[in-house]
Amino acid sequence: MAKAGDKSGGSGNKGLKRKAATEERQEAAVAEDGTTESGVQPSKAAAFPPGFSVSEIKNKQRRHLMFTRWKQQQRKEKLAAKKKLKKEREALGDKAPPKPIPKTIDNQRVYDETTVDPNDEEVAYDEATDEFASYFNRQTSPKILITTSDRPHGRTVRLCEQLSTVIPNSHVYYRRGLALKKIIPQCISRDFTDLIVINEDRKIPNGLILSHLPNGPTAHFKMSSVRLRKEIKRRGKEPTEHIPEIILNNFTTRLGHSVGRMFASLFPHNPQFTGRQVATFHNQRDYIFFRFHRYIFKSEKKVGIQELGPRFTLKLRSLQKGTFDSKYGEYEWVHKPREMDTSRRKFHL
Amino acid sequence: MVKLLFRSPPRSTRSDSARGLVTQLLRRKCEPWAPGLSYGRCGSTLEPVWVGTDTGILKGVNLQRKQAANFTPSGQPRREEAVSALCWGAGGETQILVGCADGTVKHFSTEEGRFQGQSEHCPGGEGMFRGLAQVDGTLITCVDSGILRVWHDNDKEASSDPLLELRVGPGVCRMRQDPARPHIVATGGKENALKVWDLQGSEEPVFRAKNVRNDWLDLRVPIWDQDIQFLPESQKLVTCTGYHQVRVYDPASPQRRPVLEATYGEYPLTAMTLTPGGNSVIVGNTHGQLAEIDLRQGRLLVCLKGLAGSVRGLQCHPSKPLLASCGLDRVLRVHRIRNPRGLDHKVYLKSQLNCLLLSGRDNWEDEPQEPQEPNKVPSEDTETDELWASLEAAAKRKLPDLEQSQGALQTRQRKKKRPGSTSFLKSLCSRCK
Repeated sequence: MAKAGDKSGGSGNKGLKRKAATEERQEAAVAEDGTTESGVQPSKAAAFPPGFSVSEIKNKQRRHLMFTRWKQQQRKEKLAAKKKLKKEREALGDKAPPKPIPKTIDNQRVYDETTVDPNDEEVAYDEATDEFASYFNRQTSPKILITTSDRPHGRTVRLCEQLSTVIPNSHVYYRRGLALKKIIPQCISRDFTDLIVINEDRKIPNGLILSHLPNGPTAHFKMSSVRLRKEIKRRGKEPTEHIPEIILNNFTTRLGHSVGRMFASLFPHNPQFTGRQVATFHNQRDYIFFRFHRYIFKSEKKVGIQELGPRFTLKLRSLQKGTFDSKYGEYEWVHKPREMDTSRRKFHL
Repeated sequence: MVKLLFRSPPRSTRSDSARGLVTQLLRRKCEPWAPGLSYGRCGSTLEPVWVGTDTGILKGVNLQRKQAANFTPSGQPRREEAVSALCWGAGGETQILVGCADGTVKHFSTEEGRFQGQSEHCPGGEGMFRGLAQVDGTLITCVDSGILRVWHDNDKEASSDPLLELRVGPGVCRMRQDPARPHIVATGGKENALKVWDLQGSEEPVFRAKNVRNDWLDLRVPIWDQDIQFLPESQKLVTCTGYHQVRVYDPASPQRRPVLEATYGEYPLTAMTLTPGGNSVIVGNTHGQLAEIDLRQGRLLVCLKGLAGSVRGLQCHPSKPLLASCGLDRVLRVHRIRNPRGLDHKVYLKSQLNCLLLSGRDNWEDEPQEPQEPNKVPSEDTETDELWASLEAAAKRKLPDLEQSQGALQTRQRKKKRPGSTSFLKSLCSRCK
């Protein structure tokens, strides 16, 4: 550890930075001249006994220095390797092997055994006869009630209003401190098909409860990244009264299917394509991104989109069988962080 | 195009050519399951676990292969036939009685793998079956509205009148038969206190439980008995309630109130089973939490994890420390409850599971492998020979290292685990691969 010895001899307590700079220059000089001090070769690798790592240096300044030097070395080597690879590829031309696909967490996702196979009869029957069957058989058309937790503040109120412009046939009601279990029978008697409750905490909306009404499942979501219309840059004008199209992306597992169907049953069946509006629920890594756009086809292949409407992100916390009853209801799926979030590559939706 | 996922009606109605086609299709579809698969023998006593679903399908689950065989009474799944109660029929574990949501009880033969005979229509009362039991050729059924009936379990007589009818009280959640004394049944439900009935005795219950005293606010404690079990070798009963309590009652003592009360969690307990020791019970709640509660002290022993949905069915093996659980998250899990505690098997069954039956056989692991071995062993040998040959050709130098390291790894793992050495060997093996 002659180099370390050198430094201990050279640097004092004051002006360590300058000393470090001088040391580097010294080392460079040493490297160029080939002269050694205390009989040690100037090449850095050979200066230390094998098994020595930078983390064993107790002095923080020196350790940092050694680390930065090591990092620069690594970067140089990496750049050199890249250049070499690029040259080889150019040399090979057409015969070059295809570029390796970079690993992403979505690529490396652990295969979920509950992924729905489109040819599966049992799952198809299950879905055809579940609580949403009456919507998908076109026997009922959606009628939504949107409300909030008690005493909502401005953001939540505005979000509710904007949501009601996005979802056709929806009505916003003020909560007035009523219990949900009492609201639900009244909704059912007035032919509402879905209930949306936006929960608010510290003046911002942070939760969403979506309950399908006659006896359907209740989903509880965590809501984050809420952007109201005026906070969206480069947005389009107000959405019109046309019924939007729906896009549901990446709901592959059985649970994902249930949740996707819940979202689909919020909107009427017959999208009006003249309105050119589309609501997207995009699931990625268990987060559901909601966006509302207006599109226009500029040519066969080019599309322009304008984002209208509010934007938020949802994460499913629980799916309960039956209408809202958090205490005594039976849960189909509950998110348990300590059991389910142990792997970074396993997702449930 | 015939996609055979469900068993079809009785064999006698099919032609030979169709049967041949059926066996071919079945063989192709279920090939990895059992080589000797033929229509008559499929669904034989190989399955240790039988599960009833919400879509009317009875599934026989093979845990080794993680596959389930679906059986429906009428070739298609129907929600009206949702299985709400299962129990073993007469004659050991060769017959299963399946209680469906439309008020019929069907007989299923595990040896033949099909539903037998006509379903017994057991009308009367509203709601699903909350308990099924059979004793001495008679069938005991109890429905949600509280009508308990004893029927003649006879195929020849069609829809005869019940032999005995009892009104148990509305809102029944469970009816359970005492395995030691088959003519004793217990019922309990929401605002329906625990009652023990003797079917051979009078119309009044033998034991009627009393509610606990008013709580510290002097309010009446509500009753919601979700599951009942009889403790072996005594007259005691255990119930688990929707208000997350586990209570032990003793009819032999003069006290009609519970002898022991323990609470677990904050959610309604939906299912309960006794452990092989007899000193504890395992309960499951609507959040998928499983807990073992000691009945001697009334305290929580262990929690088991893994379930994500409400627990609908729980059963422990009578001698082995295995627990089968099923629930609304559509997965059947078998946990090992002691040394070491953990999940053994997990099988995804695509419908919501309502109830399950565990066979009390001891030889689960042995049977499925016996027919496999004579077929598979020679093929495996040839495969491994080819593998070694290719390895030798590819890397001659590394082969002795690999063999040595593998042998060394095995011996080392048998003796001691030294972290440094195994990682070194792992790196060697990974390099060789």
